[in-house]
Amino acid sequence: MRRRTILGYGAAGAGALVFALFVGWWQVDGPGAPEPMGQRPLALSAMDFSLTDHEGNEVGPETLIGRPTMVFFGFTYCPDVCPTTLSDISGWLDDLGDEANEMSVVFITVDPERDTVDAMSEYAGYFHPAIRGWTGKDEEIAKAVRGFRGSFERVPTEGGGYTMNHTASVFLFDAAGRFVTMIDYHEPREFAVPKIRRALEEETEGAT
Amino acid sequence: MRTFITSGALTALLSWAGALTPALAGSEDVVVEGAWSRASIGMNRPGAAYMTIRNTGDTPVILIGLVTPLAMMPEIHESKTDADGVSSMAPADEITIAPGESMSLEPGGLHAMLMLLQTTMTEGESYPLTLLFDDGGEVTVEVPILGIAARGPND
Repeated sequence: MRRRTILGYGAAGAGALVFALFVGWWQVDGPGAPEPMGQRPLALSAMDFSLTDHEGNEVGPETLIGRPTMVFFGFTYCPDVCPTTLSDISGWLDDLGDEANEMSVVFITVDPERDTVDAMSEYAGYFHPAIRGWTGKDEEIAKAVRGFRGSFERVPTEGGGYTMNHTASVFLFDAAGRFVTMIDYHEPREFAVPKIRRALEEETEGAT
Repeated sequence: MRTFITSGALTALLSWAGALTPALAGSEDVVVEGAWSRASIGMNRPGAAYMTIRNTGDTPVILIGLVTPLAMMPEIHESKTDADGVSSMAPADEITIAPGESMSLEPGGLHAMLMLLQTTMTEGESYPLTLLFDDGGEVTVEVPILGIAARGPND
């Protein structure tokens, strides 16, 4: 009997703890979180870099102004996180249906040494057709990453090769090129698609 | 309650079976479920395999390595994303699975990283992957290869 009471208190305590943790998460990291001002990406109009898309066109941040935009970083030699992000984004775009056609979706490689225009072209072909792959010179990639307030680093692997650590968040901008929000890696789909809709809606508001 | 009874019965059954055969220290009670891989582009890029490894026995099992004819250097790796949203990947330590527990190798976390591919991973094909345990036991699973954009074993 006494043990049962203690168990009951324990369960209630654990429940309260889980609730408190959830509330904390919601406000700090979750959908209720304020965007951290110091780490906000620049507006696309304030960025400066010049890259080549997977069809060989010269592109830069100015290419993206005029349409809501989704940008993320990765590399095609990444076996886990990058194909997962690309499949997630393909799924979100499928969920958005026709609305997805109003967006620019750009995958910028942080590994231009291996990710040539041809490599990006082949890789992008396996995912949603809206996804464009951008590559270019090391210094231009570095300028792009800085503009998004992201980071990347080349890390040697034991086999003599290397892998890349990189910012895995997905950045959303409205049609005017203003930063709207970002989708963190592992964020549930229920949060991702509404966030993308927000970027799409801000375009409509801006237009009227 | 019902799960409890079922797992209890299962444990009883397995220990009975264990008494009949000279037992390894636990890896014979390992069950691998939902294994899958994404197809690769050529052989230069590493591949990855995902699955759930369940320890249905009553002793802990430790996964110490992998072997597959598909890749010369298969290893358990772990992807992590830090507070700044930066993802990194590194070899994982030995993986201990407690009795009755399971370990998921899934996108964005622990995964079998298949380095130095010997053949291209082609959608629709499959390959054997052997899990090596500290008691000397092995469990081989046939891993189906799904599309490059697959998100899970049922894609």
